[in-house]
Amino acid sequence: MDGSDPPIADTVSSISESIPCRESQIKLLLSLFGEKRCMTVPAIFAYGHTATGKSAVINSILKTCKLPHVLVNCVECYSSRFLYEAVLNGLYTNNGRQKPETPVKCENMNDFVRLFRHTCMDLHLQNETVYIVIDKAERLREMDANILPAFLGLQELADGNMCVILLSEIVWEKFRCGTGFQEPFIVQFPDYNKDELLRILVRSAPEGYSAEFYQMYLSLVLSVFHIVCRNLSELQHLAAINFRKYIEPIKNGEATESDSRKLWKNFEPHLKKALQTVYLREVSSTQWERMLEESDAGKMMTQQGLSSRTHVELPYYSKYLLIAAYLASYNPAKSDKKFFSKHSDKHKKSKVIKKQERTNNHMLGPKPFPLDRLMAVFYAIVEGKVAPTANIFMQITSLVSVHLLSQVAGDDQIDVPKYKCLVSLDFIKSVARTVNFDVVRYLYDFV
Amino acid sequence: MTKNKRRSKAASSHDASTPESTALKDSVGCVSQGDMSPVSLCQAVLRKQLTEGVSTYRNSEKGTHLGEGLHQEERQLLDLLRRTATSGESNSVLVIGPRGSGKSKLIKHVIAELLLDDHIRENLLQVHLNGLLQTDDRIALTEITRQLKLENTLGDKVFGSFSETLQFLLEALKSGDQSSKPILFLLDEFDLFAHHKNQTLLYNLFDVAQSAQAPICVVGITCRLDVIELLEKRVKSRFSHRQIHLFNSQTFEDFIVIFKKLLCLDVNFPDQKFADSWNLQVEQLARDPTITDILRQQFEFTKDVRALQQLLMYPVCQLSEMSPSLSVSDFVESRKLITMDSKSAMLHGVSILELCLIIAMKHLTEIYEGEPFNFEMVYSEYSKFAQRKSSMQVFEKAVVLKAFEHLIHLELVRTVDGAGSRVQKEYRLMQMLIHPTQILDALQKYPQCPTDVRQWAASSLAT
Repeated sequence: MDGSDPPIADTVSSISESIPCRESQIKLLLSLFGEKRCMTVPAIFAYGHTATGKSAVINSILKTCKLPHVLVNCVECYSSRFLYEAVLNGLYTNNGRQKPETPVKCENMNDFVRLFRHTCMDLHLQNETVYIVIDKAERLREMDANILPAFLGLQELADGNMCVILLSEIVWEKFRCGTGFQEPFIVQFPDYNKDELLRILVRSAPEGYSAEFYQMYLSLVLSVFHIVCRNLSELQHLAAINFRKYIEPIKNGEATESDSRKLWKNFEPHLKKALQTVYLREVSSTQWERMLEESDAGKMMTQQGLSSRTHVELPYYSKYLLIAAYLASYNPAKSDKKFFSKHSDKHKKSKVIKKQERTNNHMLGPKPFPLDRLMAVFYAIVEGKVAPTANIFMQITSLVSVHLLSQVAGDDQIDVPKYKCLVSLDFIKSVARTVNFDVVRYLYDFV
Repeated sequence: MTKNKRRSKAASSHDASTPESTALKDSVGCVSQGDMSPVSLCQAVLRKQLTEGVSTYRNSEKGTHLGEGLHQEERQLLDLLRRTATSGESNSVLVIGPRGSGKSKLIKHVIAELLLDDHIRENLLQVHLNGLLQTDDRIALTEITRQLKLENTLGDKVFGSFSETLQFLLEALKSGDQSSKPILFLLDEFDLFAHHKNQTLLYNLFDVAQSAQAPICVVGITCRLDVIELLEKRVKSRFSHRQIHLFNSQTFEDFIVIFKKLLCLDVNFPDQKFADSWNLQVEQLARDPTITDILRQQFEFTKDVRALQQLLMYPVCQLSEMSPSLSVSDFVESRKLITMDSKSAMLHGVSILELCLIIAMKHLTEIYEGEPFNFEMVYSEYSKFAQRKSSMQVFEKAVVLKAFEHLIHLELVRTVDGAGSRVQKEYRLMQMLIHPTQILDALQKYPQCPTDVRQWAASSLAT
């Protein structure tokens, strides 16, 4: 050890104080990193679910031990050139140096390796391990094919002491490609169990309330959300914005802190509602907080929720075109005669087909249909005489451009394009209601 | 500092020829400044051995059975390079072998041997290229001129366009004859060079090697056995078809010898007394039944020396003042770390709702024999289960869809026709990327898994 550095045990305890429940990972990584001058494994691949402390652990290790390192995120550095330049420029700034007067320019891997060697020499880092941390490493797969193998073999290519750390949520098997490459050392970050979640969440207890009280509250939140969601940051957010509602009876003087049953009774329906709204981002968190103030949460929601705004104003014929497209998409073509022909005997035929034999079209999704069929259904259901003007055909293409329909085949043909209808049953029902058309009566699945 | 000097030399001429032993001494000398205990010194040396690998060829002269097979190839390559270096012969050769079979190590070693001769050291020029770095011919050409330090370079800068550089380079090579300085071209990841446009670089290199121009030797290193098939006809005809194959042909006994070699301290270690006791300990370790068992498993899985190095890294990293010797349990732990099934580990962390969806998908795949499914089918399968069993809360469709999307994000399920299909999310056709046994495995380990979920998973066809 370098004399001035604290021994490993101290470092572990100081880091795990800020990031609890990750002792074994911290220990493993610290022992892999070893002393500054020692060689390290060429590459480490750390994976685990969202919010399991991958970047937090690695960042705080690198910071506490004052190791020369650079952090890049592959979402920001979406092209290879940005990635190289971010690493090279980051090396200067991250290690307490002035930025070079002109930012380093680097276009390809060849220059990168050369410049990287120079930079290390410039910063007198030859005798220390330099760490390159690449967050969201799954994006590397979409870049040039040589980037991932080159980063994994950087120690050999640049002939120095460096370690590339890849962070991802995807398992390593999905990164392998081509003729293979040097396998990294794989470190798994396991998920937090319920107790660990409680231990972490309770650290953000608001002032003025005892830890036991807040823990009680958290276990209530977890009892509703834990089945659905294990994402720590999401749970943290939900716990933070709903706390005010929980303590409301105490503030009003209706209950005391020890009156847990009463608090729960008051709180439970509210949480269930939160699952359907805030968790799905139907309403934003600020909206949700405003609702809490106005107390009557449910009523506001039904009016304001994102997905409840399915009503769209459409022109009259567009509505009928959309209904016709829906019917053409979800009804088999052979049933058209039954529904839309004036001379068919409805009752006789529907008894013949047994219900079990059918496959449910609302389960399989929309089927494509040709333009001719759409027009035929349209003329069968629309009231009054409609001339096939340019306007009607324009409306079909504009329905495609607003993504209510989609064109599936015949992109290049002007006479036989095929379409699919992309709207839900609820949506089409509400559209049909506005023109007083009973759409369910014409749907094959519901007859 | 010696290391510093070495690196600057390496940077200018990409000289990778420093012999192993001095490199080792360098590192030891470099780290020993800070008054280190023998244990941390030993760890430093072993770390270096484990990341760079140890040469398995040197001992071949001493008559150990290890590397006996490689001795032949080594001599062949050395002969060839020496003929280029001394008598102005032009050659081309391909070194082929799987990853981690010691191709680069062999070449490094051969070059080091070659450079022992003073005359060759002064004369031979080396150009190192790597298919991962020089991704097209333009970059490769500038790199060649840079490494040869030709007239159109100034420091690190290379002037001229692609065609100018090519013409310049070819003229420089053409004007030479048998008496000019021989050049050694080392093309690592040779198969990637074959993907360049028109294979211009390969064509020109092989062409120079064929005709009476400056003496060059082209050494390609690749792991593709069918690399010859990648070459164009005109390029293939100019190649000498001399191939050296390196296979991991060691037996289990050799494997144990490699194991010992990777962990032993050599004669350059400053504290010889410590080194002796350490080596004795490694000998004992190699006979330990648990260790041999682990090595046997590793051997049956892969003979790759790199994988072995990785296996040994963890125990070496655990060395400290408190535990100055390698413990068997660390080897067991390391093996466990390496062989962990990552998908099961990911499944361990999904929520119960997501687990239910995975089971529903497993049932759908079994019932419809691998046909793709969409979200609606999964949801109806799930709600059939959730409604029947009172213990499970029936969640809204939107909540379930969010869980489903999380599974897509984790790449446990995948869309059949790519993400760009123009259908609603609910109707996109999906395929599951987990094996049923992995699911059952993960269910066994899942913490606090509800009993009915487990039963549901076991009974596939019961609806």
